[in-house]
Amino acid sequence: MLSIKNLHVSIDGKEILKGINLEIKPGEVHAIMGPNGAGKSTLASVLAGRDLYEVTEGEIIFQGKNLLDMAPEDRAKEGIFLGFQYPIEIPGVSTVNFMKTAVNEHRKHKGLDPLTASDFLRLMRDKKALVEIDSKLTNRSVNEGFSGGEKKKNEIFQMAMLEPKLAVLDETDSGLDIDALRIVANGVNKLKTAENSTIVITHYQRLLDYIIPDVVHVLFDGRIVKTAGKELALELEEKGYDWIKEENGK
Amino acid sequence: MANIDTINKDFADLFEQGKELLSNGSSDCMNKTREKAFVQFQELGVPTRVNENYKYTNLIPAFDHPYNVNLRYMEVDVDLNDIFQCDVPELDTNMVLLTNGWFYGNNKVLTELPEGVIVCGVQEAAQKYPDIFNAHYGKYAKPEEDGIVALNTALAKDGLFIYVPKGVVIDKPIQVVNLLRSDRDLMATQRNLFVIEENAQAKIIVCDHTLTHHKYLSNSVTEVNVAPNAVFDLYTLQNQHLNSVILNSIFIRQDKHSNVLTNTISLYGGTIRNNHHVLLDGEHCENNTYGMYLMDNKQHVDNFTSIDHSKPNCLSNEHFKGVMDGEATAAFAGRIYVRRDAQKTLAYQSNNNLLLSDDAQINTKPQLIIDADDVKCSHGATVGQMDEDALFYLRARGIDEKEARQMLMFAFAHEIIEKIRVEPLKDRIDALVDTRLRGEISKCNTCALACKN
Ligand SMILES: Nc1ncnc2c1ncn2[C@@H]1O[C@H](COP(=O)(O)OP(=O)(O)OP(=O)(O)O)[C@@H](O)[C@H]1O
Ligand SMILES: [Mg+2]
Repeated sequence: MLSIKNLHVSIDGKEILKGINLEIKPGEVHAIMGPNGAGKSTLASVLAGRDLYEVTEGEIIFQGKNLLDMAPEDRAKEGIFLGFQYPIEIPGVSTVNFMKTAVNEHRKHKGLDPLTASDFLRLMRDKKALVEIDSKLTNRSVNEGFSGGEKKKNEIFQMAMLEPKLAVLDETDSGLDIDALRIVANGVNKLKTAENSTIVITHYQRLLDYIIPDVVHVLFDGRIVKTAGKELALELEEKGYDWIKEENGK
Repeated sequence: MANIDTINKDFADLFEQGKELLSNGSSDCMNKTREKAFVQFQELGVPTRVNENYKYTNLIPAFDHPYNVNLRYMEVDVDLNDIFQCDVPELDTNMVLLTNGWFYGNNKVLTELPEGVIVCGVQEAAQKYPDIFNAHYGKYAKPEEDGIVALNTALAKDGLFIYVPKGVVIDKPIQVVNLLRSDRDLMATQRNLFVIEENAQAKIIVCDHTLTHHKYLSNSVTEVNVAPNAVFDLYTLQNQHLNSVILNSIFIRQDKHSNVLTNTISLYGGTIRNNHHVLLDGEHCENNTYGMYLMDNKQHVDNFTSIDHSKPNCLSNEHFKGVMDGEATAAFAGRIYVRRDAQKTLAYQSNNNLLLSDDAQINTKPQLIIDADDVKCSHGATVGQMDEDALFYLRARGIDEKEARQMLMFAFAHEIIEKIRVEPLKDRIDALVDTRLRGEISKCNTCALACKN
């Protein structure tokens, strides 16, 4: 589904990703962990197409297509979804209008007609229920005045609306209370199929109790320095990153 | 290019030579005011950029043109009522037409107005209702401070007069359609007077249209007196063409406990100068002065505002927003006076601008003159580009760049549209702004409200 080869990424001339290799197959859940500043969000942003970052080397192939040639909106329509670490507040853009536009763009891409108003509202209702998000929130402007946790829930709501093939969830668990964490994780699990894949970026093992990863990677200083099964997350939780740093001579 | 002295001298000649035409049909009150204003104009002249208040708007090119001036009412050869039928059924209004600054002679009688409400031409009002007219005409505008106001007062012949008696509430807005229609380049002078008595309520929507593509200069002055407890809304929609110059000066006096909202939306025009003057002349007034401008090409808009808190316990909210593209230029000046006795004043002002191109320019200047000590005033101005993070967020959900930009621009502008207190008008303006921001001019670009023509 996704194949990243020797990806090098810089911002303002500073190299942040220094040769990432990653293979994800349909249906797999990969967790990416790693200390602050390692480059996890950078990787996520580059996957989604943020042009702030300059790809200096390497390639990303998604379902046989060269992702790096595509505009962010085209990647989204091909099935990539980024759950932002810091979702943006957009005053004046209503959540309903935002989602309607996005859903219909996806449908157009698939050669489908736009949803009727009533079908759209039904879809909204179903997906809101899935992530237990209050209408009070979806009636507002996008993320405006949302609490940190509400913003994260809203990301999963959008994911539910768009049903991506590859979801990249960047610290979707941070800022969530225990109940919200369970709801969000359940939401992700309910959306899971044998075909779609998920990358969860997290600092905490507790999310991985709900969303069981097939593979855990450690991203450190712009490289994936360790890849193992889900037990690696437990080990990191216990021992922290010092041993990784030592192993990598830092 | 003519210099300013030639321009001023031409007006002096016009005034002298046209004296008889000017005074003909006007009441004594108007003519006395006219004489005085002419002397004031001779002192002030058309403002140039030396004048601090006109620093960012060069009026010389606007005035330096051989315009036709109609000092008497010209019969219109078609029935404007037929041309102008607003196709927005939800926008149910009492519609009045003016042509080239004059009250249109064949206006339909407004049968649905409550008893006692007067809607007619200024000339007619001066003759028929001298008690009301003379008590208010020329009492609020300040020709001594601004050459174009003096010029308007000196040349004023007609315009719209609205009187809403004590306690009368007009539910349906009054829609004023100003038509510029001429087979020659034209300078139009329009003088309006709105008198809203105690406890009365009225909403007025003014639409400026050009019907033909000649060069126009319209110089209008509107005086409004809002008596105690009255509620008054004035929405102005400026949608003309690139060859038009709009000079629009509004003077509003508010008495105690009155509530006024003005919203001036500049969609299209060559050069636009709006002067918004508000005098809070009684305690516990609320004033909301809003405006929006969407400019591209080489368009220019200048909003000059002056909110005068002369009595204690009043609240004023002022918010102007602009979206600027191409080589468009804009200026905003926000003057707030808080007089010595105006304690407990609350005065808020902001001006936010979205610059879409490197060549667009905005000059924004707040100016607070505060002589009282127990007041709360705030002001803020921003000039910025589109929020790239927000843009990416929308695109990351599958919305293409153009549409995402559109959504953000619209969201930016919507904050001002939201303040409109006439629901169907709000929807209509939303739609107009949406098309305008898409770079399209509504198919019928002469009529912002999509009248059939
Ligand atoms: N826009 C930017 N300008 C300059 N430096 C940046 C920018 N974005 C990221 N960086 C730098 O790139 C490095 C990687 O940042 P990134 O956000 O990818 O880390 P992360 O692994 O997601 O960290 P965290 O766990 O704190 O979220 C950091 O050193 C960061 O300061
Ligand atoms: Mg991060």
